[in-house]
Amino acid sequence: MTPATVETQEELTQAFAIQGLNSWYGSFHALKGVSMTIPEKRVTAIIGPSGCGKSTLIRCLNRINDLIPGFRVEGQIAFKGQNLYDPALDPIQVRLQIGMVFQKPNPFPKSIYDNVAFGPRLCGEKDRSKLDAIVEESLRKAALWGEVKEKLKQSALALSGGQQQRLCIARTLAVGPEVLLLDEPCSALDPIATAKIEELLMDLKKSYTVVLVTHNMQQAARASDYTGFMLLGELVEFALTAKIFTNPTNSRTEAYITGRFG
Amino acid sequence: MKLEGAVLRNLLARRRRAEWIFKIAASGALLFALGTLGVLLLDVLRDGLGWLDWDFLTHFPSRKPEQAGILSALAGTFYLMILTILIAFPLGVGAAIYLEEYAKKHWFSRIVEVNIANLAGVPSVIYGLLGLELFVRTMGLGRSLIAGALTMALLVLPIIIIAAREAIRTVPNPIREASYALGASRWQTVWHQVLPVAFPGMLTGSILAFSRAIGEASPLITLGALTYIAFLPDGLTSPFTVIPIQIFNWVSRPQKAFLNCAAAAILVMLAILLAMNAVAVFLRHRTQRRMTL
Ligand SMILES: Nc1ncnc2c1ncn2[C@@H]1O[C@H](COP(=O)(O)OP(=O)(O)O)[C@@H](O)[C@H]1O
Ligand SMILES: [Mg+2]
Repeated sequence: MTPATVETQEELTQAFAIQGLNSWYGSFHALKGVSMTIPEKRVTAIIGPSGCGKSTLIRCLNRINDLIPGFRVEGQIAFKGQNLYDPALDPIQVRLQIGMVFQKPNPFPKSIYDNVAFGPRLCGEKDRSKLDAIVEESLRKAALWGEVKEKLKQSALALSGGQQQRLCIARTLAVGPEVLLLDEPCSALDPIATAKIEELLMDLKKSYTVVLVTHNMQQAARASDYTGFMLLGELVEFALTAKIFTNPTNSRTEAYITGRFG
Repeated sequence: MKLEGAVLRNLLARRRRAEWIFKIAASGALLFALGTLGVLLLDVLRDGLGWLDWDFLTHFPSRKPEQAGILSALAGTFYLMILTILIAFPLGVGAAIYLEEYAKKHWFSRIVEVNIANLAGVPSVIYGLLGLELFVRTMGLGRSLIAGALTMALLVLPIIIIAAREAIRTVPNPIREASYALGASRWQTVWHQVLPVAFPGMLTGSILAFSRAIGEASPLITLGALTYIAFLPDGLTSPFTVIPIQIFNWVSRPQKAFLNCAAAAILVMLAILLAMNAVAVFLRHRTQRRMTL
């Protein structure tokens, strides 16, 4: 398969350059020759039916899949020119630059404050006033500050699902990453909470590179600039979102977005 | 096949009868167990309650039953348990953390796992023999408090490892993933996320293990712990005795009155066990509330 390219007038800096990426869970071949470039400070959506490898792909981008026994990667992922799978590179370094939010909100069973302060504290920040400032700034960026500023000491588990997911976003931002990977961040949320998160994404893409996995095509169409369509471990097509949804090149993409399968 | 009225009624009646018989049998078994327990308890209460007073708790054993107390055994049990906990809990939790969070899952860790489960089923006398050979003789610790504690620690270690691993497994994986995704190292994830959630569960399981060990006399008798001690342990290498051994000693005396001493000591033992179990239940209850809020 030829590498998918993006035709565009924009001058884009690329955040990720993925070349011939293959990956395996044990003997199961989950990603098959994926090549794409993900632009900086844009929202890139990955769509496709359940089980096609969307999560596997973005979990390669912050090397969180290193933790799964039997997982293996071949091929190249460069982040701003740096090979992410360079053996000399510490995965922790990668994860500090490339943050991730998961499908199901997963706040720590700690206070709201301690959730957000967790990352900075790991990096050695002990100064209370600096931590306070980071917590407030991160919660503001995640559009949650107004709702929780009175109860920072309360358990994060008492928040609603949508609030928990925004807390997870705040917690990720507190580390100061350049990239946000979001793996179906709204699939466990109601429509109102979903709308809030999508609105937030519009805001965040001004300062962050966002990769959004979703199986909700409307969400990809609304929230993203670029879209990649995956099927059975392959990247079928990657283009401007408008193009994917109005004039896809590949007949399988067309079949999927018109709802003929998946 | 279509069931006619009479046949159907017959079938249903038979089922009801079977159900009824099963119910009787099951509740009979329960009643028998509870009844036996009740009789034992009543017997001990009748013999021991009158004997149990402040003097009994604060006096050393004596040749005269009226003056005998369990002070040295109580103190021995207390020190032995504290020492055992201090040795076995960190070791067991450490081993569990290694097995759950660090060890690669391959044939070696499988073998270790199976063997830990087997060790939990080894009779306690065997641990006494091991302790006698290893701690008392080879290491030259003598029949001391520390030799007893090390032996008891070996005895409860497999159970603690199993309980701690179970507690670690209740920590949801998304918590670990979130921690790693924020740039935490393995140890930071274990220390800040896994342990705080798993700790009460580890404690609950371990307390139950310790409360079993507290009632064990056989490994300590095998070890050669003394049965008559009229002083308090004053150091790690001091000789000692514990309540179960004291009970064993009193029961084997010819004088009838010593049976009352034994019954009173059993009541003290029961009170300690109940208290430990109450702590375990309390901890479990508190964690459940915290995790679901
Ligand atoms: N930890 C794992 N071990 C083995 N197979 C896995 C694992 N995670 C995912 N897979 C398999 O890899 C394929 C792609 O999964 P995933 O990337 O989660 O798909 P998606 O996110 O698009 O639903 C699926 O067939 C899934 O069964
Ligand atoms: Mg997925």
